[in-house]
Parts: sequence; structure tokens; C-alpha cells
Amino acid sequence: MARFRKDEKKEVPEINTGSMSDIIFMFLFFFMVITNMRESNVKVKLTPPAATEVQKLEKKTLVENIYIGAPTSNKENTLPPGKVSVQLNDQTIKAEDLKNSIRDFVIEAKAARDEVDKNKLTFSLKVDKEVQMRYVNIIKEELRANNALKINYATSKKVDIPK
Amino acid sequence: MARKTPGINTGSMADISFLLLTFFLLTSSINTEQGIPRRLPPPAKDSVTVPENERNVLNVVVNFKNEISVNGNIIEITQLKDKTKEFLENPYDIPNLPEKVTKTIDLIGDYRVSKGIISLKNDQSTSYNIYVSVQNELEKAINELRDKVATQYFGKKYELLDTTMQSAIKKAIPMQVSESKPMDWNKTTE
Repeated sequence: MARFRKDEKKEVPEINTGSMSDIIFMFLFFFMVITNMRESNVKVKLTPPAATEVQKLEKKTLVENIYIGAPTSNKENTLPPGKVSVQLNDQTIKAEDLKNSIRDFVIEAKAARDEVDKNKLTFSLKVDKEVQMRYVNIIKEELRANNALKINYATSKKVDIPK
Repeated sequence: MARKTPGINTGSMADISFLLLTFFLLTSSINTEQGIPRRLPPPAKDSVTVPENERNVLNVVVNFKNEISVNGNIIEITQLKDKTKEFLENPYDIPNLPEKVTKTIDLIGDYRVSKGIISLKNDQSTSYNIYVSVQNELEKAINELRDKVATQYFGKKYELLDTTMQSAIKKAIPMQVSESKPMDWNKTTE
């Protein structure tokens, strides 16, 4: 059967890699759309507490973060007695500027939003779970005084194991 | 005489886009913002406290040792949800649990809304972890009660309902948590 002869050495055709880059580009765009860049580098140690009843915040653009936790380096400003820092935007704040810093932070955050969105602005408290409530209370008191009432306790999601 | 343009080699294109891809993978975070949302009370010059009937208030206190007490009895965190539910629901109208007012709510009709308020008080030395877990338990109690009413009236769980139904349920089971001024057991401890 001459038809099925195998000794005619056939070359393996080359794989066309032209469309490979298109596929990778699509991946790239996909990731660019679903992720967001880390805007600020966090200067405090942060392990959020876990909770079961968490809700997702609707819009990321309407969230301002306040970080509270132990500072990562000695250079950071701390609140007395010196074990906990509060970070707004990109820097840890000084204890004596606390009131002004939070006021300016709230005013700036509100100024950056449209009139419609101002009431939807949420301040997310990202607090380390080891922090004592006194620091959180100070921040809450200041936010309240500045009429920033919508807050969120950032937590990680824990799945409840039914008994 | 038009010269033929040589084909551009696109072989390295994939490598370049791979590099970009890994760059974005490393610098970005997928984690979504999540947590327990709360509203702070509006700022007031001097806090006017409306004296509440004692039966309508559930006093939840977290002390400096991170112990939780409800109306003076120390309990475990696992018991808190049931205590709260029992308090807010008061199914048998026991006189030392909160009273109820009949309100007419759209979509539901007459519903006896509990007047119960949860008063949460913490110590300055309370750890944030415990505070959040207490908030979580309270939220869980409310969510379970809302789920119960939602299934009773609409045959679905609360979160599956549309917004008008959800707001009706919210009126039937309001979440009333007031936080009083924290105590300070010891100013010098850290």
C-alpha cells in the first residue's frame, strides 16, 4: 500500500505565534480593568479583624481611607504614648495636628466630589485588630465633629461555620 | 518602483505584553473594599439624652479585660447574638423586654415594631478586634431577624429582595444602636 508509506519525511509546520500577543494583550486589559493601583503606601502595620457580616462598599471612588496601627518605621509620627500612628493620605499625622489634619482631610475629600456624591462619601477605618479603642474613638469623635458620618469598619471576610 | 516593505517581526511583541501583564499583576490589588458600615450620630453641642424606659434598652458593655456583659451579666461572645435577638423580638411580650408599637408599613401592613435600643459602651482599653466582633454579632442578629420577617412576608431572604421591600423590612426591624461615651479604666495603660 503505497498510499500509507511513511518514509516521506514531512516537516512539522511552524506554530503561528502572531495572535499570541493579541491574547496576552487581552489578558492585560482585563487585569487593568478589574484591578486598581495601590494609591497610597500604607505606613502602618495592618491586620484587619475578621467578620462574617461584611458588606461590600459600592463605589471605590467614594471611599476615603484612614489607617490606624503600629508604625512600620521609627520615623513615622505617632500619637502618645507612641505606639500607634494614624495615617491620612500619604503621611502619618502628628499628635498636635490631629484635629486640623482630620478637618482638612474631610474638607478636601468633600471638595473633590460632586454635590450629589458628597453625602455618599464613606470614610473607611482601616484599623489593626490589636489597636485599643481609644485611638479609634478619637478619630470617630473628630469625624463626627466634622460632619463625616458615614463610616465603615474595614474587615476581612470570615466564613461562618454552621454548627 | 515601489519597494516592498519587509514584514515587521512580531515575535517579541508577546514578550513585551507579558512583561506589562506581570507588572500590572504585581502592582495592583484585587481586594475589594468591604467591612461593617455604620452611621455616626450627627454632631450636637450637648448630647440630649432622652430618658428611655429601662425595659427598652439592652446595655452591652465591653470592659478593659475584653469581657462582654449584657445588662450586667458577663456572657460569651457566642451568646450575644441570641440575647440580642431575644431582646429585639420579644415574641411572648414579656414585660421586662421591650415594648412594641403598631405601625403601618407599606407592603407589609400593620407590624408591631419593637422599641428596643441597643446601647453599646466600650472601654478605652478595649481591643478593636473585640469591638468589631461585637458589632458583627449585633449585625448578625439584625440580619437574621430581617431574614425571618422577609421570608414570612415575601418568601425570600432579605438580601434577595428589591430595595422597596428592603426598606419596608428595615422599618419593621430597625437597627438602633447607640454608642455612649467610652469609659476609661486606666489612662496610663497601653
